Amino acid sequence: MTAVIQVRGFSHYFGSERTLEALDLDVESNEILGIIGPARSGKSTFLCSLNRLNDLIRGSRIEGTVTVDGRNIYDPDVDVIELRRRIGMVFATPVPLPRTIYENIAFGPRLAGTRERAALDALVRDCLEKGGLWDEVKDRLGTSALKLSGGQQQRLCLARILALKPEVILLDEPTSGLDPISTMKIEDSLRRLKRDYTIILVTNNTKQAARVADRTAFFLNGRLIEIGPTDRIFTAPEDRRTDDYLRGKFG
Amino acid sequence: MRPSPRVEQRVVGALLWSMTAVTVAVLVFIVAYVLKKGLPAVDVAFLVENPADMGKAGGIFSTIVGTVVLTAGAILVATPLGVGTAIFLTEYTWEGPVTRVIRFGAECLAGIPSIIFGLFGFILFVTKLKFGWSILSGSLTLAFMILPTIIRTSEEAIKSVPPGYRTVSYSLGSTKWQMVTRVVLPSALPGIVTGIVLSVGRSIGETAAVIFTAGSALRLPTSLFSSSRTMSVHFYILAREGISMSNAYGTAAVLVIAILGVNVLTYYLMHRFIRKYS
Repeated sequence: MTAVIQVRGFSHYFGSERTLEALDLDVESNEILGIIGPARSGKSTFLCSLNRLNDLIRGSRIEGTVTVDGRNIYDPDVDVIELRRRIGMVFATPVPLPRTIYENIAFGPRLAGTRERAALDALVRDCLEKGGLWDEVKDRLGTSALKLSGGQQQRLCLARILALKPEVILLDEPTSGLDPISTMKIEDSLRRLKRDYTIILVTNNTKQAARVADRTAFFLNGRLIEIGPTDRIFTAPEDRRTDDYLRGKFG
Repeated sequence: MRPSPRVEQRVVGALLWSMTAVTVAVLVFIVAYVLKKGLPAVDVAFLVENPADMGKAGGIFSTIVGTVVLTAGAILVATPLGVGTAIFLTEYTWEGPVTRVIRFGAECLAGIPSIIFGLFGFILFVTKLKFGWSILSGSLTLAFMILPTIIRTSEEAIKSVPPGYRTVSYSLGSTKWQMVTRVVLPSALPGIVTGIVLSVGRSIGETAAVIFTAGSALRLPTSLFSSSRTMSVHFYILAREGISMSNAYGTAAVLVIAILGVNVLTYYLMHRFIRKYS
């Protein structure tokens, strides 16, 4: 196992408010790292720090380093656009763009300059298959993505990320608005995808982390309280606060 | 004593209904009156012949051309400027004193009476820049007049694009400009087009600002520097100087039909566009 992402002494601020405090954490290749913790514990902020989406928010500021493949992504000469292609993200609410299913998948590759129709066709099919959506939509790629159900939209968003050919996939509570069946489909996809990708899954549902994550990290008030193999975190947490959270004593 | 809910409901319903009825009635009355007085003068010859004898005889062809060219010029100048400003205000800068000043300025511009724009255009374009009474001066003046409307409606349209679209676009590796052109503008297009249509209507109907800057020549314009008369100016002169009331109403009827036509056509096209993309 090698660390794809190394986070060292990483703090994040919105204005004067500190939202992440001195994080040290490694993400290994081809693992699913689950991140759990109560609301406002900094889970989403952490995810958005990894692809620098936080840059878009006024007053966002960081200290420390995040290294991806040996390179600090906060170096001034890093190409942020390229970084975001390598580190794809799926959000809590599915946000299909107001285009066709096909054009949603082709959006990223087109931005990157892929024009060739045949290449796009193959890519769209491949991504939809990997996202577990192909069979349901193969006959209506030309219809609006907004007409899909919530669960289908979220799988479309996952497939759309795959079209970027990323190394890392970030998921921010991807099933929070979905029914159990759709949730199960997404979780199945994640288990399949981990062969080719490194996945970080933020979830409010601790059981979900227990089901799919190889390792689990517990965040509280912007700090990393504990990280370890999922089995151990859930059966024998070292920190009292992790235990309390998993038992539902707070959060 | 409070009236019973049922009575209150009826009274309020009747009141609101009659308000709506009055509004619609005024509109219908104006359009019907203008068409009734004007349509008898309108035939194919009226549309395709140039005015003769100061407008007493002949048609209104050159004034239709003048109107179309002047309006098109104004829209061509004002749309990029206005949409560009709106994109800058919403996407390329943080909200702050500067944006507030720009927005306040644009709003004040919208409140200035058109005849003041005419005077300004006359001084700047016609005399200072020596464009003379011309299509160029008229178009530029109209462009400044409709600019606030275009900025305002474009800004509202851009702001109403869901913020999630922007985040998603960035997360899929777009630059800011790609995000604006491929996600924000297509979604905002119906709103932007609405602003442009409103502006077309205002330009077609504008008289004061045009008469000062484009003049009132009845010849067909031959270049950007030709003076030209628009339909509304033609109507004004025919009616004001008592040249021919029947031709004046004829011109008015064509104007009204043109504005209605532009609106209907645009909404039709927009609905097709929306159906296709959402």
